[in-house]
Amino acid sequence: MIADFGFGVIVMTFLLALFSVGTAVYGALAKSYRGAESARRAMLLTFPLITISAFTLIYLLATSHYELKYVYSVTSNSMPMYLKITALWGGQAGSLLFWSWLMSAFASAVTLRKWERDREFLPWVIVVSSVTLAFFLALTIFFENPFARWWQTASGEVAAMFRPAGATLLTPSDGMGLNPLLRHPGMIIHPPMLYLGFVSFVIPYAFAIAALVTGRTDDRWIRLTRRWTLVAWLFLSLGLVLGARWAYDVLGWGGYWGWDPVEIAAFMPWLTGTAFLHSVMIQEKRGMLKQWNMLLIILTYDLVIFGTFLTRSGVLSSVHAFAQSAIGPLFFAFIGLTLISSVSLLVYRWNDLKAEVEMKSMLSREALFLLNNLLFMGVLIVCFWGVIFPLISELVTNQKVTVGPPFYERATAPLFGALMLLMGVAPLSAWGHSTFKTLGRAVWKPALVAALVGIGIFAAGIHNVVALIGFGLVALVILVTLYEFWRGGNARHRTTGENFFLALWRLAGRNRRRYGGYLIHISMVLMAIGILGMQVFQTETQGTIPQGGSLALAGYTVKFDSVAQFDSAGGRNVTRAVVSVYKGDQYLGDLHPRRDYFYESGQPMTLPGVRSTLADDLYVILVDWQPISAIGATFKVYHNPLVNWLWIGSLVFIFGTLVAAWPNKDVES
Amino acid sequence: MQKPSGLGRVKFIVGGLLILAAVIYLIASSTQASAEYFMTVDELNAKGSNVIGRDLRVSGAVIGSTIQYDPQTLNLSFEVANVPGDNKEIEAQGGLAAVLHQAVIDPNRSHLQVNYNGPKPDLLRDEAQAIMTGHLGEDGIFYVDELLLKCPTKYEEAVPQQVNGG
Repeated sequence: MIADFGFGVIVMTFLLALFSVGTAVYGALAKSYRGAESARRAMLLTFPLITISAFTLIYLLATSHYELKYVYSVTSNSMPMYLKITALWGGQAGSLLFWSWLMSAFASAVTLRKWERDREFLPWVIVVSSVTLAFFLALTIFFENPFARWWQTASGEVAAMFRPAGATLLTPSDGMGLNPLLRHPGMIIHPPMLYLGFVSFVIPYAFAIAALVTGRTDDRWIRLTRRWTLVAWLFLSLGLVLGARWAYDVLGWGGYWGWDPVEIAAFMPWLTGTAFLHSVMIQEKRGMLKQWNMLLIILTYDLVIFGTFLTRSGVLSSVHAFAQSAIGPLFFAFIGLTLISSVSLLVYRWNDLKAEVEMKSMLSREALFLLNNLLFMGVLIVCFWGVIFPLISELVTNQKVTVGPPFYERATAPLFGALMLLMGVAPLSAWGHSTFKTLGRAVWKPALVAALVGIGIFAAGIHNVVALIGFGLVALVILVTLYEFWRGGNARHRTTGENFFLALWRLAGRNRRRYGGYLIHISMVLMAIGILGMQVFQTETQGTIPQGGSLALAGYTVKFDSVAQFDSAGGRNVTRAVVSVYKGDQYLGDLHPRRDYFYESGQPMTLPGVRSTLADDLYVILVDWQPISAIGATFKVYHNPLVNWLWIGSLVFIFGTLVAAWPNKDVES
Repeated sequence: MQKPSGLGRVKFIVGGLLILAAVIYLIASSTQASAEYFMTVDELNAKGSNVIGRDLRVSGAVIGSTIQYDPQTLNLSFEVANVPGDNKEIEAQGGLAAVLHQAVIDPNRSHLQVNYNGPKPDLLRDEAQAIMTGHLGEDGIFYVDELLLKCPTKYEEAVPQQVNGG
């Protein structure tokens, strides 16, 4: 009954979304204000409706209505309430509904703004948002219905929305429960963050299409969506970082990023989105790269849909993917359709989007921005190639060949290095025209100091080339960025007489995008420190040791004290070891690596014991144990130098993005 | 709007092509260096010495009775039996669980000796699917660097087990 209600509301919302597409198109073509207005109202209504439907599902999840296939598959009696509620996005059907919910929220928010000057955009923004929404709702209604129930028929159990002839409703007494690996705080916020990032990129895309359709191809659409794009980018980045943190804390393999196809699927829109954020500045400042910006936002939108598709279709085998389902071809069709129609529009307006000025100097700010974009595209191509390579090789040679993390690391490292170099050089180049001489004059001092840092590291005994280049670049970016802060603050200090910090504060307040961007640059190289530490210096050891025995790694000694086994909340049996950590003779503390076994699913989960400092992490995993024998327990120990800077960089990143996205009082947007 | 001058354009086109060439070079060389070939046990046995030392990814059904593990040295060895590499073929033969079961009990299947150094994974048991990355040694033993195991569990059969009736 309740399930019927929830389903009915989704169907209504779907019809409403279609209605809104129709009236918006009519409103735009007939120049009818009333048409556009009723489309807008319909759009606004979708949000409360999906909210009702989502809350219906949440209620069913919270009250354990296992006669629903979805509730059965993602919750169980032993799960605590917060996990039952967040199971809304724990499986395929629910997460599609969740996607639609976010989509309608953002689309409503955008239609609520004041439209006076931009009224001609409105109907087309609604069309794009509503088409996207209708697509996801259609998937929910026809293929992945979270409200479908179990029925007992003569030939067995089936899941369906409506009662098959002669069937009776099945009500299992317990559900299967959420995959235990997903029962972690990081996993509870990681998918919503990623989805928020995905969904909010639809808005700038919608404006881009509106600009193409209406022919209003100046940079108005970019200015209108600048903050949307930043927010989308912030959420997407947070989603990626949280996923990395979850992997580090829960998966117990000592790493945070495995170049898994699904990770890459979320990373690809981030790459185009990052390129887009940079290149729109060129359009705003110089009136260039207009066609390119359109292409980037179209690509980003379709990569967002592709990312949702990859995580949800099971087309590529991956730890993240849910089971194979029928929605794959539909996603493919939708991506193809939107890509073809968007690119056709772009081609149609191609001549209107010609650059207003010509790019002259190879070292000008805009040329370096273009280079930055090409490098991001290079990384994108590497990622895309890696993902589709198995499919291609199988088609061409009939032999399935894959590429693993070494491929991505090898192919992207020089590109990331070049991007870091650009972060160090581009802020010092001038708009319009720069030569080797002018740029060299600005760069040589920080470059010299960075080189000295590299030499210092070499003298300290680190002779790894990647590390030397990497840390040298990190030093360059930090120096140049701090120099930019100092230069700006100092100039204002001298002209206004304010003290330096006040001057810096006010300056940054007036140029939030610029100084927020610099903070983001610093955050990126802080993250690079952590990544370099892990890539170049990570060491590991493993061994089976008796009680009282120890393992040594990187100057640390890990002593095995005891192991205990007990039942714990959430239907798990915990095996928890106590190990004490020494550096030399100095006792540093205890760690508790553990292994949780989930009775329901028969699945184990490995939680490392981690001692984390700014210099390094000691990461201990309990692999195996023999309760009553002299053999003891097997541990795997990782030494992860500098990895904490990855998380510190993420916090700086959030701060920098908020600074850049904070509304300016004086600028209308 | 200014007309683009010839020389300026050429400069940028050459620059762009250089970057494109660099990216293509990076992709091609990295693909060469780190490609892993998917093979079934049958294919591996057929190719034999041709693929010694190459990075391979082999999948097979774990034969429980052959599992040997020394917790002191963490040395693990077992045998796997050939299973089809193609998903459609697996589906046609009744799903992964049935295929694995058949592979283990069929004495005529080709087998592969596997050696791995590391803690014994929980999921390593009879009729599990082992997906192994490594290389074939001169001695005909497959030396595994990365061992992934899949067990057809109740997660894949989404039909409720216990039912109160309704």
